[in-house]
Amino acid sequence: MSDSKPRSFQDIILRLQNYWAAKGCAVLQPYDMEVGAGTFHPATTLRALGSNAWAAAYVQPSRRPTDGRYGENPNRLQHYYQYQVLIKPSPPDLQELYLGSLKAIGIDADLHDIRFVEDDWESPTLGAWGLGWEVWCDGMEVSQFTYFQQVGGHDCKPVSGELTYGLERLAMYVLGVDHVMDMPFNDPDAPIALTYGDVFRQTEAEYSRFNFDVANTDILLKHFEEAEQECEAILSHPIDDPKTGKKIIMAHPAYDQCIKASHLFNLLDARGVISVTERQAYIGRVRALAKRCADAFVQTEAGGAA
Amino acid sequence: MPDLLIELFSEEIPARMQGKAAEDLKKLMTDALVEAGLTYQSAGAFSTPRRLCLTVEGLTEESPTLREERKGPRTDAPEKALEGFLRATGLSKDQLEVRDDKKGQVYFATITKEGRKAPEIVAEALEGAIRNFPWPKSMRWGAGSLRWVRPLHSIICILTREDGAEVVPLSIDGITAGNTTQGHRFMAPGEIRVSSFDDYAAKLKKAHVVLDAAERAEHIWHDATNMAFAQGLEVVEDRGLLAEVSGLVEWPVVLMGEIGAAFLGLPAEVLQTSMREHQKFFSVRDPKTRKIVKFITVANRETADQGATILAGNQKVLSARLSDAKFFWENDLRIAKAGMQAWLDKLDNVTFHNALGTQGARVGRIADLAETIAPLVGADAATARKAAEVAKADLASEMVYEFPELQGIMGRYYAAEAGLSADIAEAAEMHYKPLGPSDDLPQNPVSIAVSMADKMDTLTGFWAIDEKPTGSKDPYALRRAALGIIRTVLGNDLRVRLERLIDTQMLAHTVALNTDTVAERDAYFLTQMVDEIADHGVFGAAFHAVADKLAKDKDQAFEVEEGTWLGNLRASLPQVSADLLAFFHDRLKVHLRDEGLRHDVIDACVAMPGNDDLLLLVNRARALGAFLATEDGDNLLQGFKRANNILTQAEEKDGVEYRFGADIKFAEDASETALFDALDTARGVISGALQDEDFATAMGAMAALRAPIDAFFEAVQVNTDNEIVRRNRLNLLHRIRETCLQVADLTRVEG
Repeated sequence: MSDSKPRSFQDIILRLQNYWAAKGCAVLQPYDMEVGAGTFHPATTLRALGSNAWAAAYVQPSRRPTDGRYGENPNRLQHYYQYQVLIKPSPPDLQELYLGSLKAIGIDADLHDIRFVEDDWESPTLGAWGLGWEVWCDGMEVSQFTYFQQVGGHDCKPVSGELTYGLERLAMYVLGVDHVMDMPFNDPDAPIALTYGDVFRQTEAEYSRFNFDVANTDILLKHFEEAEQECEAILSHPIDDPKTGKKIIMAHPAYDQCIKASHLFNLLDARGVISVTERQAYIGRVRALAKRCADAFVQTEAGGAA
Repeated sequence: MPDLLIELFSEEIPARMQGKAAEDLKKLMTDALVEAGLTYQSAGAFSTPRRLCLTVEGLTEESPTLREERKGPRTDAPEKALEGFLRATGLSKDQLEVRDDKKGQVYFATITKEGRKAPEIVAEALEGAIRNFPWPKSMRWGAGSLRWVRPLHSIICILTREDGAEVVPLSIDGITAGNTTQGHRFMAPGEIRVSSFDDYAAKLKKAHVVLDAAERAEHIWHDATNMAFAQGLEVVEDRGLLAEVSGLVEWPVVLMGEIGAAFLGLPAEVLQTSMREHQKFFSVRDPKTRKIVKFITVANRETADQGATILAGNQKVLSARLSDAKFFWENDLRIAKAGMQAWLDKLDNVTFHNALGTQGARVGRIADLAETIAPLVGADAATARKAAEVAKADLASEMVYEFPELQGIMGRYYAAEAGLSADIAEAAEMHYKPLGPSDDLPQNPVSIAVSMADKMDTLTGFWAIDEKPTGSKDPYALRRAALGIIRTVLGNDLRVRLERLIDTQMLAHTVALNTDTVAERDAYFLTQMVDEIADHGVFGAAFHAVADKLAKDKDQAFEVEEGTWLGNLRASLPQVSADLLAFFHDRLKVHLRDEGLRHDVIDACVAMPGNDDLLLLVNRARALGAFLATEDGDNLLQGFKRANNILTQAEEKDGVEYRFGADIKFAEDASETALFDALDTARGVISGALQDEDFATAMGAMAALRAPIDAFFEAVQVNTDNEIVRRNRLNLLHRIRETCLQVADLTRVEG
């Protein structure tokens, strides 16, 4: 890790990976499903539950269909990256650790104004909430900092500390770029220098069109209901596996279906087919799944069951 | 006597909670100290983003030892009684004393509550305060179970005496109280050891922490206004923002920056709201043009480059924010210039309330009522209708979606852009007013018509579906809506009969709520009534008119039978309307209480005809209040009550009503004759004055009755043996009652 300023988007990601690895986190890989935010990764949602200690950091590609702007808006994307850190129990020096990570990516606290501004976090779809801040650097929100209090309707004991960095926005700030598509993805002096736009401009346009106007809402609706049913079905299997004779609670496969339902709901929302009153009902249905998955997970070994 | 210093050092406390938390700490601690028997001279509380601090000066060293003597059972009482006494006192038998009493020998116990040292009491009080702290929201952290607003890191708890400071022994969930803290997170990292409050405050300042929030606010305001003044500009005052920003910094550094030229064309309210809500910036205005041209931000530190990097970053963030605002504004302008129809269409698909339908339907009802109200308040009916039709259009705009607090303000801009008249544009903003007991009133007649129609539609709607405010619950701000109408009527000297407006709109809601479910004939009847009510005023008259009309059309009797849907409606709707009018009267009483008008005085006037004309009602009440405050008024009231009591009792006893035929020829006494004359005079004056709504003159005429009434009661006995004279006198009393009740219902006045 050098003390010089980072030169590219990936440089910032690599520095965060190195920093949190050095601080003892298991550097995980992104979850292989479509999610709305890094929090949905089971390494956060499920691992925040139960009594086992945990420390993980990872990049999570995230999708918010309603934020699509065909690659034209300087700040908004329907597909973007979050950097996520979850440590349980939250260490007493988590704020200092976090500030260290800003230093690692070239934000010098001697020149910048870094502030912790109240922001309570709540995820109605996950039945989760926590208290914390949005962290401001010179008036810009660069991270979310949350002490999880509840997930899936369960009290978090011990409490996890969660850090979420919006990577594009943070990187644009550090690199001094005004339009996300102009941001160097790899080293700008590399033989084949690529910008963020070279990588994502086309996909942003494609997905924006798909999300807003093309995605077949009948199919989405059907998939939503199937995911919901499958989640319930998976969890209704008896704990004892007849084939191996072992006790296997399938919390993760069930949670995959919950993630699916959540993303399908986001797509339906982007297609504008969900009315204000229906919206609450859909969110409630996803939350019910998340709760059932959480209930299942805390009965497993990873979930702290003896 | 020692001084106490407490500091609770934590991660960043939400700005909005700091002030109250400091006061709560002070109250919890001083209450507990006093409760435990200590006294103190003074106490002060402070807060910064990372700490709550309490200083208590002149604390006593220990609580006094208390001795209490208690009398127990007699020595010859059963063993059980003695056992109970020992249990209650916590003593053993040999610690009791036996004394002679009147009835024999009795046990006495002396209970001694030993005084306790200040450190012990302080430790106990502080632990209690921390564990029971009334944070609006609190949390756990790590593996612990202690709750605080954010993780609590350290505690200072010291008692300072002339010979030095003593750390109070205290440990809460692993946090041991000490005498150290930390300074500014970035400018002065490292531990600070303190020995007293003065030492603490001084060392903190050296470590770039201003302990007192008021001092930070003063510093920010001073620097901000100076900086603006130096450039011929002024800072837009915003106390709420100043308080919040003071809670976000320990070491305030004020910086002024530029708003990009591309954004200076945005409405001032948009710039101000975007900067305040998103960035917590103050707006800086050019006093000549009233335009917002710069911003002020408050950083939490000094830097080697004098804030240049911080300011550049803030400017950049602001540009991104304002790009969004500009994008909304430009999109909105396109729709506004095209006449706003796209928004109006959108309102048809937005639910206002599950039972009360869409915003579009609501706008339609408000427009109908605004048209009805317009001539009553001096507005052109067509203009008022148009104004009401577009008044809510901005709710569908992108800007208001982003900044709901700009509703109405944007509506005014957009209506102007749509080429509508200044009256209509003004109504888009002013029809929301007044929002509170001291907010501005709408004054333009068009704005008044739309404002009253909007509020009346809301009130009648929620009355129609029986969702009235109860206790402290008023989710739809119905009290505020009623007060808004009251203040608008009184403040603009408007003569409006509310009953007609209530009935009209209650009927409109009834139609909307029932068209899908009632029989065709009933629905037809209702729509006919909507037309008729304009001519007939109130519900009952309109109901009869429609029934008559239908009978004439079909040449057969049109009967509305009891128990049918229409029959029930005929019975219930007037009651609901009356209930809403009573709600207005209740709010009116609360409103007038501030000017010292008693509720019984208002009741006396509410009981008179025309009580839905609030201006008339208030004029009458004010005149009555002023009259009753005079000696004449008070005496007349006594005279009236005496006359009324005697008459009422006689009527009850005799089973007849004494209403007519008081004749001067049966007058026996001069005072009686004089009273006849006085009543004749008063009647003429009072009815003339009431005709002119000149309540002061009417009250004056009533005052003139005081002397003759007093003289009459002084000289004669009403219930005399002579039956003819008695009856005549009772009939005369009736004339007193009748004359006075013309002016106000004095039976309702207390005292």
